[in-house]
Amino acid sequence: MKIKNILILLVVLLATYGILMAVAELPPYGMPDNPVHNQVSERYINEALEDTGVLNMVTAIVLDYRAYDTMFETIVLFTATLAVVITLKSWKKEGER
Amino acid sequence: MKDFILKRIAAIILPFVCIYGFYVILHGHVSPGGSFAGGIILGLSFIAYSTIYGTEKGRAKLPERVLTWTESYGTLWYVMMGMVGIVRGVPFLANKLAGVDLGVPGALSSGGLISLIGLGVGIRVASTIVTLFFTMMEEES
Repeated sequence: MKIKNILILLVVLLATYGILMAVAELPPYGMPDNPVHNQVSERYINEALEDTGVLNMVTAIVLDYRAYDTMFETIVLFTATLAVVITLKSWKKEGER
Repeated sequence: MKDFILKRIAAIILPFVCIYGFYVILHGHVSPGGSFAGGIILGLSFIAYSTIYGTEKGRAKLPERVLTWTESYGTLWYVMMGMVGIVRGVPFLANKLAGVDLGVPGALSSGGLISLIGLGVGIRVASTIVTLFFTMMEEES
């Protein structure tokens, strides 16, 4: 049991070391030449108005560029409601019996 | 709840909250906000109403039939709006490609299909949150 605990501690420390080294390699926050500022965000910022005719860029991305994603988001909402309603209503019926 | 002040204040405020929810949904493409936030506000007005006046009165305002209808056809409305692209011979859910008139940016009618899709999503979110609330309230009693 003792050896197992020490082993677990070693594994956790190793994982922490690895994660900290990975974090240390990250580019500084908010710099303009970071890899996140690639052509995708540039395209959204420069041509969202022209592509969609919408002033709110978030809406342009959510409902036009990523419309397929939002469609399945609504299906996820539907499924979640369905699961809750089925669970609670059937549970109530069982209690009444 | 049987508090007089609470009921009167709610009677004054809640209609405006409801209208504000519709405002946020319909203006999602010209001002901050959007269909998800507006749907939450719209659903919240009904939730506050049924919390203050009782679930039975809330049920009378929004019958289960209406909730089932919006719940089921909200996503179908979205898919139908996507079908406009397929009918025009371009990919699913296309907006500018489908040749829809985008209008003047900043006007309420701008954005082509985006405002219609946003209306569907907003009502969908509102009906979801109200259905969850009613289900949990009635399960408790």
